[in-house]
Amino acid sequence: MFDDLRDLYQELILDHGRKPRNFRRLEDATNHARGDNPMCGDRMELQLKLSGDVVEDLGFQGRGCAISMASASLMTETVKGKTTAQAHALSDRFRALAMTGTCPECGADLADEMERLQPLAGVHEFPSRVKCATLAWHTLNAALEGGKEASSE
Amino acid sequence: MSFDVRAIRADFPILASTVRGKPLVFLDSGASAQKPRQVIGAMTHCMESAYANVHRGAYYLSETATEAYEASRRAVQVFLNAARPEEIVFTANSTMAINLVAHCYGRGVLKPGQAVLATEMEHHANIVPWQMLRDATGIELRFVRVTDTGELDMEDLAAKLADGKVGLVAVTHMSNVLGTVTPAERIAQMAHAAGAKVLFDGSQAAVHRRVDVQALDADFYVFTGHKLYGPTGIGVLYAKHALLEAMPPFLGGGDMISGVSLAGSTWAPPPAKFEAGTPAIVEAIGLHAAIDYVTAIGMPAIEAHERALVEHAMRKLSEVEGLSLLGSAQDRGGVFSFSLDNAHAHDLSTLLDRAGIAVRAGRHCAEPLHQRFGLEGGTCRASFGLYTTPEEIDFLAAALVKAREFFA
Ligand SMILES: Cc1ncc(COP(=O)(O)O)c(C=O)c1O
Repeated sequence: MFDDLRDLYQELILDHGRKPRNFRRLEDATNHARGDNPMCGDRMELQLKLSGDVVEDLGFQGRGCAISMASASLMTETVKGKTTAQAHALSDRFRALAMTGTCPECGADLADEMERLQPLAGVHEFPSRVKCATLAWHTLNAALEGGKEASSE
Repeated sequence: MSFDVRAIRADFPILASTVRGKPLVFLDSGASAQKPRQVIGAMTHCMESAYANVHRGAYYLSETATEAYEASRRAVQVFLNAARPEEIVFTANSTMAINLVAHCYGRGVLKPGQAVLATEMEHHANIVPWQMLRDATGIELRFVRVTDTGELDMEDLAAKLADGKVGLVAVTHMSNVLGTVTPAERIAQMAHAAGAKVLFDGSQAAVHRRVDVQALDADFYVFTGHKLYGPTGIGVLYAKHALLEAMPPFLGGGDMISGVSLAGSTWAPPPAKFEAGTPAIVEAIGLHAAIDYVTAIGMPAIEAHERALVEHAMRKLSEVEGLSLLGSAQDRGGVFSFSLDNAHAHDLSTLLDRAGIAVRAGRHCAEPLHQRFGLEGGTCRASFGLYTTPEEIDFLAAALVKAREFFA
């Protein structure tokens, strides 16, 4: 009945949705932000540990659907160890990927990272679900900018 | 007329359509209902051959349109069993009708020191206007608690009326999340005994049951056209005539005045006093057609059909492993909010959509109620209309079983 939905709900996404990585509080966070999707009640609290220009560690907590949990989990894995400039670049590219399914602007740098995020590209076929996938990245931007409220509205 | 759901479905063109290659199973009528040909036809006819502005022109078309607009008001009067047509005010929807009362009765008649008593099970439309009133005037706002079964805590209601400060009780006649039908007659008696007026939000109830505002002794009753198989953009405020007379106007402009000079204006009598500007003429005519449509089938017949659906759904849904239903009220209508143990409401609605099933996911404009039940993440909601069939409910139940396997 739902076989064609395996594109959206790939095993990797279901797995990260069930067992999100870096789902914890950082004791020594330097930056944090809260992300809210008021439409559906998804909510996350993201913490970063910046060391100079590098995102040394990330942790998040919150609640949401499988897509938003998996996206946050993959985001923390991908961004860990990157510079803030790289984190911003990944965020821009991921949002293009989630909205259109492709990323023509994506250069050769960070190609491996974008490859890891590819399983979420299927969300572009579900306009009402794109926000679920982008919430974590909006929240990341807010945290990098010093911790404002982010909303995927 | 006997109830023939096949014949009824044939009146609704959209029900024959497919979604993602699957026959549409529309279970979101609680958000907005589909429209029968009779409504579509009446609106088309008006625009093609009987359209002009109302209350303004002394020429044939304007007189025809005015008569049709006022005939719709009389149809609403009969539908609600109001004492007179002047007690029916057309608004844009329920939300505007409640805001009208909050503004005109809340600010115009209630006094600081008095209180408004709403409940935890209200739609945001019956919460936010009262919060705005509270914040602007210092009128107190109280909420009646909801029990674990999803019913109003009547002892709490009595307790919150006890000090005599409540000037208005604002309560839903049927919850858009729990399906609970509230004991409206008793609430009205209790409110009146405590010296308060009562407003019922009939957005859901008026679609599923015969409503008699005189038997209920309602002071205010609101509903919205688009949930009653009518168009968007038209809603109804019923209010007792004396209340409409006592209330100051809502919006200012054309049609609501009896005279205007640069120094000042005088108000038209109700209902015109509350209908400033060119109204939703075509939509009023569509609403009339919708009322004629449900009346010809018969509200008691619709209610009986939906009762059978509710019983069927209770049985079928309770057989789905891992599913929990929100609310288990004795008296309920065809609205079921639920969650599955291993799937988030949004993931679930995406899956059901693939099967052609339209359900709503989220908090259904009732965040406080979801907070009350610790379900901040939201629920899925299936809501029925007069065209819903037991087979559609079976299909939903089967899809839910499959969905649970999918996420296992
Ligand atoms: C109980 C209840 N009250 C109020 C409303 C608001 O109706 P509308 O959006 O048409 O104003 C709704 C529907 O959304 C409802 O279900």
